[in-house]
Amino acid sequence: MKVLFFGSLREQLGIGELNTALPDGVETVGQLLANLQAQGDEWKLALGSGNVLFAVNQDMVGENTPVSDSDEVALFPPVTGG
Amino acid sequence: MISISVQEQDFDTGEEYRRLQQAGSGVNNTDVGGIAIFTGQVRDLADNPLKFMRLEHYPGMTEKSLQQTAEQAAARWPVIDIRIIHRIGDLTPGQQIVFVGVSSAHRDSAFSACEFIMDILKTSAPFWKKEQHVNGDSSWVDAKDVDQQRAERWQGGD
Repeated sequence: MKVLFFGSLREQLGIGELNTALPDGVETVGQLLANLQAQGDEWKLALGSGNVLFAVNQDMVGENTPVSDSDEVALFPPVTGG
Repeated sequence: MISISVQEQDFDTGEEYRRLQQAGSGVNNTDVGGIAIFTGQVRDLADNPLKFMRLEHYPGMTEKSLQQTAEQAAARWPVIDIRIIHRIGDLTPGQQIVFVGVSSAHRDSAFSACEFIMDILKTSAPFWKKEQHVNGDSSWVDAKDVDQQRAERWQGGD
Protein backbone atom coordinates (compact mmCIF):
# COMPACT_ATOMS: atom_id res chain seq x y z
CA MET A 1 0.00 0.00 0.00
CA LYS A 2 0.98 3.60 -0.45
CA VAL A 3 0.89 5.91 2.58
CA LEU A 4 1.28 9.66 2.00
CA PHE A 5 2.05 12.40 4.54
CA PHE A 6 1.42 16.10 4.08
CA GLY A 7 2.04 19.44 5.77
CA SER A 8 3.61 19.45 9.21
CA LEU A 9 3.38 15.63 9.41
CA ARG A 10 5.52 15.23 6.27
CA GLU A 11 8.02 17.71 7.67
CA GLN A 12 8.21 16.11 11.13
CA LEU A 13 8.59 12.60 9.72
CA GLY A 14 10.99 13.68 7.00
CA ILE A 15 9.14 11.58 4.40
CA GLY A 16 6.23 12.24 2.09
CA GLU A 17 5.55 8.73 0.90
CA LEU A 18 5.86 5.23 2.31
CA ASN A 19 5.38 2.08 0.23
CA THR A 20 4.68 -0.82 2.54
CA ALA A 21 2.69 -4.02 2.86
CA LEU A 22 -0.51 -3.76 4.86
CA PRO A 23 0.70 -4.59 8.41
CA ASP A 24 -0.67 -7.73 10.06
CA GLY A 25 -3.83 -7.09 12.04
CA VAL A 26 -4.54 -3.71 10.43
CA GLU A 27 -8.06 -3.49 9.02
CA THR A 28 -8.97 0.18 9.40
CA VAL A 29 -7.22 3.47 8.79
CA GLY A 30 -7.30 4.16 12.54
CA GLN A 31 -5.46 0.89 13.17
CA LEU A 32 -2.91 1.85 10.52
CA LEU A 33 -2.28 5.10 12.41
CA ALA A 34 -1.78 3.19 15.67
CA ASN A 35 0.61 0.81 13.90
CA LEU A 36 2.66 3.73 12.53
CA GLN A 37 2.73 5.45 15.93
CA ALA A 38 4.40 2.32 17.31
CA GLN A 39 7.28 2.54 14.79
CA GLY A 40 9.39 4.73 17.07
CA ASP A 41 9.56 7.93 19.08
CA GLU A 42 9.47 10.35 16.16
CA TRP A 43 6.46 8.55 14.69
CA LYS A 44 4.68 8.74 18.01
CA LEU A 45 5.53 12.42 18.33
CA ALA A 46 4.41 13.35 14.81
CA LEU A 47 1.29 11.17 14.67
CA GLY A 48 0.22 11.09 18.31
CA SER A 49 -1.36 14.54 18.55
CA GLY A 50 -4.90 13.20 18.17
CA ASN A 51 -5.33 15.73 15.38
CA VAL A 52 -4.59 13.60 12.32
CA LEU A 53 -7.01 13.47 9.39
CA PHE A 54 -7.30 10.54 6.98
CA ALA A 55 -7.96 10.10 3.28
CA VAL A 56 -8.38 6.74 1.59
CA ASN A 57 -8.10 6.81 -2.20
CA GLN A 58 -8.32 10.62 -2.07
CA ASP A 59 -11.55 10.86 -0.07
CA MET A 60 -11.51 12.20 3.47
CA VAL A 61 -12.77 9.45 5.79
CA GLY A 62 -13.26 8.54 9.46
CA GLU A 63 -10.91 6.33 11.48
CA ASN A 64 -13.11 3.22 11.17
CA THR A 65 -12.84 3.12 7.38
CA PRO A 66 -11.43 -0.19 6.09
CA VAL A 67 -8.08 -0.21 4.28
CA SER A 68 -6.60 -2.80 1.94
CA ASP A 69 -3.18 -3.41 0.46
CA SER A 70 -4.17 -1.76 -2.82
CA ASP A 71 -5.29 1.54 -1.22
CA GLU A 72 -3.65 4.94 -1.28
CA VAL A 73 -3.89 6.26 2.28
CA ALA A 74 -2.95 9.80 3.30
CA LEU A 75 -2.40 11.17 6.81
CA PHE A 76 -2.33 14.91 7.36
CA PRO A 77 -3.07 17.71 9.83
CA PRO A 78 -6.29 19.78 9.59
CA VAL A 79 -6.34 21.65 6.28
CA THR A 80 -5.68 25.40 5.98
CA GLY A 81 -6.40 26.42 2.40
CA GLY A 82 -8.53 29.29 1.09
CA MET B 1 -20.90 24.02 -15.74
CA ILE B 2 -18.21 23.44 -13.14
CA SER B 3 -14.61 24.47 -13.79
CA ILE B 4 -11.75 23.84 -11.32
CA SER B 5 -8.11 24.96 -11.54
CA VAL B 6 -5.27 24.36 -9.09
CA GLN B 7 -2.30 26.35 -10.35
CA GLU B 8 0.85 28.29 -9.48
CA GLN B 9 0.10 31.20 -11.79
CA ASP B 10 -2.03 34.20 -10.90
CA PHE B 11 -5.58 34.68 -12.20
CA ASP B 12 -7.37 37.67 -13.70
CA THR B 13 -10.57 38.31 -11.77
CA GLY B 14 -11.97 40.55 -14.53
CA GLU B 15 -11.46 37.86 -17.12
CA GLU B 16 -13.06 35.23 -14.89
CA TYR B 17 -16.02 37.56 -14.26
CA ARG B 18 -16.56 38.06 -18.01
CA ARG B 19 -16.50 34.29 -18.53
CA LEU B 20 -19.19 33.87 -15.88
CA GLN B 21 -21.28 36.53 -17.69
CA GLN B 22 -20.96 34.58 -20.91
CA ALA B 23 -21.65 31.15 -19.39
CA GLY B 24 -19.30 29.60 -21.91
CA SER B 25 -21.28 30.79 -24.94
CA GLY B 26 -19.00 33.66 -25.96
CA VAL B 27 -21.81 36.20 -25.66
CA ASN B 28 -23.53 37.56 -22.57
CA ASN B 29 -25.88 34.88 -21.35
CA THR B 30 -29.24 36.47 -20.60
CA ASP B 31 -30.22 33.64 -18.22
CA VAL B 32 -27.63 34.99 -15.79
CA GLY B 33 -29.22 37.39 -13.32
CA GLY B 34 -26.45 37.57 -10.75
CA ILE B 35 -22.81 36.70 -10.21
CA ALA B 36 -21.21 36.33 -6.77
CA ILE B 37 -17.42 36.35 -6.55
CA PHE B 38 -15.11 35.84 -3.59
CA THR B 39 -11.35 36.28 -3.81
CA GLY B 40 -8.88 35.62 -1.02
CA GLN B 41 -5.35 37.00 -0.81
CA VAL B 42 -2.29 36.72 1.44
CA ARG B 43 -2.60 38.99 4.47
CA ASP B 44 0.55 40.32 6.12
CA LEU B 45 1.04 40.02 9.88
CA ALA B 46 1.73 43.25 11.75
CA ASP B 47 3.59 41.61 14.67
CA ASN B 48 5.70 39.21 12.57
CA PRO B 49 5.89 40.33 8.92
CA LEU B 50 5.64 37.70 6.23
CA LYS B 51 8.21 37.11 3.54
CA PHE B 52 5.89 34.69 1.79
CA MET B 53 3.29 31.98 2.36
CA ARG B 54 3.98 28.50 1.00
CA LEU B 55 0.90 26.58 -0.11
CA GLU B 56 1.26 22.81 -0.24
CA HIS B 57 -1.47 20.46 -1.50
CA TYR B 58 -2.32 16.83 -2.25
CA PRO B 59 -2.29 16.58 -6.06
CA GLY B 60 -5.26 14.58 -7.30
CA MET B 61 -7.27 14.75 -4.10
CA THR B 62 -7.34 18.56 -4.23
CA GLU B 63 -9.08 18.63 -7.61
CA LYS B 64 -11.42 15.80 -6.57
CA SER B 65 -12.36 17.56 -3.33
CA LEU B 66 -13.06 20.90 -5.06
CA GLN B 67 -15.10 19.18 -7.76
CA GLN B 68 -17.21 17.39 -5.11
CA THR B 69 -17.79 20.64 -3.22
CA ALA B 70 -18.89 22.40 -6.42
CA GLU B 71 -21.22 19.49 -7.27
CA GLN B 72 -22.77 19.68 -3.79
CA ALA B 73 -23.38 23.41 -4.30
CA ALA B 74 -24.90 22.81 -7.75
CA ALA B 75 -27.21 20.15 -6.29
CA ARG B 76 -28.34 22.46 -3.52
CA TRP B 77 -28.89 25.75 -5.38
CA PRO B 78 -30.04 26.50 -8.97
CA VAL B 79 -26.71 27.85 -10.22
CA ILE B 80 -25.58 28.23 -13.83
CA ASP B 81 -21.77 28.15 -13.63
CA ILE B 82 -19.24 27.56 -10.85
CA ARG B 83 -15.58 28.53 -11.23
CA ILE B 84 -12.96 27.70 -8.56
CA ILE B 85 -9.28 28.62 -8.80
CA HIS B 86 -6.80 27.90 -6.00
CA ARG B 87 -3.14 28.79 -6.21
CA ILE B 88 -0.23 26.77 -4.82
CA GLY B 89 3.46 27.53 -4.28
CA ASP B 90 5.03 30.63 -2.73
CA LEU B 91 2.80 33.71 -2.48
CA THR B 92 3.80 37.09 -1.06
CA PRO B 93 1.54 39.42 0.96
CA GLY B 94 -1.12 40.99 -1.27
CA GLN B 95 -1.04 38.19 -3.85
CA GLN B 96 -4.26 36.38 -4.69
CA ILE B 97 -4.80 32.83 -3.36
CA VAL B 98 -8.32 31.77 -4.22
CA PHE B 99 -11.21 32.66 -6.56
CA VAL B 100 -14.77 31.35 -6.24
CA GLY B 101 -17.35 32.65 -8.73
CA VAL B 102 -20.96 31.55 -9.12
CA SER B 103 -23.51 32.69 -11.69
CA SER B 104 -27.22 32.17 -11.21
CA ALA B 105 -30.61 33.54 -12.20
CA HIS B 106 -30.99 35.21 -8.80
CA ARG B 107 -28.67 36.63 -6.17
CA ASP B 108 -29.69 34.44 -3.23
CA SER B 109 -28.47 31.20 -4.81
CA ALA B 110 -25.29 32.89 -6.13
CA PHE B 111 -24.45 34.32 -2.68
CA SER B 112 -25.26 31.08 -0.83
CA ALA B 113 -23.42 28.76 -3.21
CA CYS B 114 -20.32 31.00 -3.19
CA GLU B 115 -20.24 31.14 0.61
CA PHE B 116 -20.91 27.40 0.92
CA ILE B 117 -18.04 26.56 -1.44
CA MET B 118 -15.58 28.74 0.49
CA ASP B 119 -16.68 27.34 3.86
CA ILE B 120 -16.39 23.71 2.73
CA LEU B 121 -13.13 24.37 0.88
CA LYS B 122 -11.56 25.78 4.07
CA THR B 123 -12.19 22.57 6.02
CA SER B 124 -12.03 19.80 3.42
CA ALA B 125 -9.76 20.74 0.48
CA PRO B 126 -6.26 19.36 1.17
CA PHE B 127 -4.16 22.53 1.26
CA TRP B 128 -1.69 23.47 3.98
CA LYS B 129 -0.15 26.91 4.52
CA LYS B 130 3.29 27.56 5.95
CA GLU B 131 4.32 31.10 6.82
CA GLN B 132 7.89 32.15 6.08
CA HIS B 133 8.64 35.26 8.10
CA VAL B 134 10.98 38.14 7.29
CA ASN B 135 12.97 37.38 10.47
CA GLY B 136 13.77 33.87 9.19
CA ASP B 137 11.25 31.94 11.29
CA SER B 138 8.67 29.70 9.70
CA SER B 139 5.46 28.22 11.07
CA TRP B 140 2.59 26.06 9.85
CA VAL B 141 -0.76 27.80 9.97
CA ASP B 142 -3.17 26.18 12.46
CA ALA B 143 -6.72 25.32 11.44
CA LYS B 144 -9.29 27.57 13.13
CA ASP B 145 -12.32 26.40 15.11
CA VAL B 146 -14.38 29.18 13.53
CA ASP B 147 -13.78 27.68 10.08
CA GLN B 148 -15.06 24.31 11.32
CA GLN B 149 -18.12 26.00 12.81
CA ARG B 150 -18.83 27.86 9.56
CA ALA B 151 -18.64 24.61 7.58
CA GLU B 152 -20.86 22.75 10.05
CA ARG B 153 -23.68 25.29 9.91
CA TRP B 154 -24.36 24.18 6.30
CA GLN B 155 -25.31 20.72 7.58
CA GLY B 156 -28.69 22.09 8.57
CA GLY B 157 -30.95 24.00 6.16
CA ASP B 158 -29.94 26.90 3.92
